Amino acid sequence: MLKFLSRRRNWSIPYVIFLAVFVVMPLVLVLVYAFQSESGGFSFANFSKFINQPEAANTFIYSIGIALITTIISLALGYPAAYILSRMRPARARVVVMLFILPMWINVLVRTLATVALFDFLTLPLGEGALIFGMVYNFLPFMIYPIYNVLQKMDPSLIEAAEDLGATPRQVFRHVVFPLSMPGIVSGVMMVFMPTISTFAIAELLTMNNIKLFGTTIQENINNGMWHYGAALSLIMLVIIGITTLFGDQSAEDAANDGGLL
Amino acid sequence: MEDCYNMKKLLSTSYLLVLLVMLYAPIVIIAIFSFTESKVLGNWTGFSTELYASLFSGGVRYSLLDAIKNTFIIAFIAATVSTLLGTVAAIGINDLRYGKRKAINFVNNIPILNPDIITGISLFLLFVSMGITQGYTTVILAHIAFCTPYVVLSVMPRLTQMNPNIYEAALDLGATPFQALRRVIIPEIRPGMISGFILAFTLSIDDFAVTIFTNGTDGLQTLSTYIYADARKGGLTPELRALSTIILVVVLILLIVVNYRSHRQARRAEQQQAALKPKNSLRR
Repeated sequence: MLKFLSRRRNWSIPYVIFLAVFVVMPLVLVLVYAFQSESGGFSFANFSKFINQPEAANTFIYSIGIALITTIISLALGYPAAYILSRMRPARARVVVMLFILPMWINVLVRTLATVALFDFLTLPLGEGALIFGMVYNFLPFMIYPIYNVLQKMDPSLIEAAEDLGATPRQVFRHVVFPLSMPGIVSGVMMVFMPTISTFAIAELLTMNNIKLFGTTIQENINNGMWHYGAALSLIMLVIIGITTLFGDQSAEDAANDGGLL
Repeated sequence: MEDCYNMKKLLSTSYLLVLLVMLYAPIVIIAIFSFTESKVLGNWTGFSTELYASLFSGGVRYSLLDAIKNTFIIAFIAATVSTLLGTVAAIGINDLRYGKRKAINFVNNIPILNPDIITGISLFLLFVSMGITQGYTTVILAHIAFCTPYVVLSVMPRLTQMNPNIYEAALDLGATPFQALRRVIIPEIRPGMISGFILAFTLSIDDFAVTIFTNGTDGLQTLSTYIYADARKGGLTPELRALSTIILVVVLILLIVVNYRSHRQARRAEQQQAALKPKNSLRR
């Protein structure tokens, strides 16, 4: 026993068992439930239900749309902010970055309710506008931080070199700064897109239950005991997340290669 | 030219300011209205600290205090167990051969990349298919499941950076493997363990999606699920405004302290380096 324990590699065994039970097995169960009909046999019934039921499919497409819009707005607002931050004196930039991250420490539901309060306060209607504002409000720091990180680590002599070689400020940005910040953009986009596509409670609160996102559909099905259908919908979401991750990895690699060429 | 530069600077500063105002407006509103008693947010009925008083004196609905208590108990247990499990695991994984290490690291990353709704549903399916009644135990198990990977990730770099010869030297000098662990390895990786614990604790406190799928039907509530149920009923318990304000202030102070300390440390390190290498400063 003592000998077994003194080999350090054996110390990974409890965690391997833990991972098998609490990470791998649950995901296998999602897969099993998704391809099972209510009676227990193997079937594609849940997926054909998804395709034939316009409501769930429409919610799915709508959610992807909302996530894309949120991501684009966050990028449009976040990139300039990250760029400005990267140009500040480091000590000052650190404080301002901290200010951007600080709200993330407050519970996401409290923050969402705060947004609802703001809309009430300004007597603005809750709805699609509130939903997108709330999403951007919740996830904007996730966009700013990775881009700032990349920009801040960028070698300033590259910009100087481009300037010395006669590039205008716009050309410097287009051909040097922007391509080099690609890895930050990719991880920012992923860090905003993935949580927006999978949220459920936030949308309910921001729209007074008027707009349903895909996450809400999944939650409702699970809560109503439709585990098989809910599992199938979860699997569809997992596939989207998987594709996004692969795409992100690919473009991060490409960007790294491009950077190498420079 | 000078004017143009100043103009640009002014524009960029005000842009950041606008974003920050947008980001903080909702929070500020909550903080302001935590000092009035009105039931509905946005309705000022005169200054009062009643909400704070009722939060601490138990005048608030019993269930909110219960939810706060549950949140901290679950977070403490989950963070402690994850730190122990994750540290032991990291030491073991670090000693494995490349292929196995890579495989475990891959699985370790799954809960980190997975959206929390999927983690929640998959664990829900695990518990129901095993016939386990959901409640305290399942919530804690679920929290351990999504926190431990972060602990492994924060301890691992410390281990890989460590000189393996130190451990061997301790053994050669007659230490038992356990003494070597306690006296050599643990002190080296302690910072990673501490940041892993803090990360696990905050992740657990902040979690909503995993908890809501694993808390069962017995009415176990954490702060997140309480707020959710409360908001769905229509109104937000007014005391939550006071509570959110307190959380914000505590976090703000903590961040300022941590930031100030690391800033001072960085400055000191810079000064030491400058003293060691005077030539470097000449080049600048």
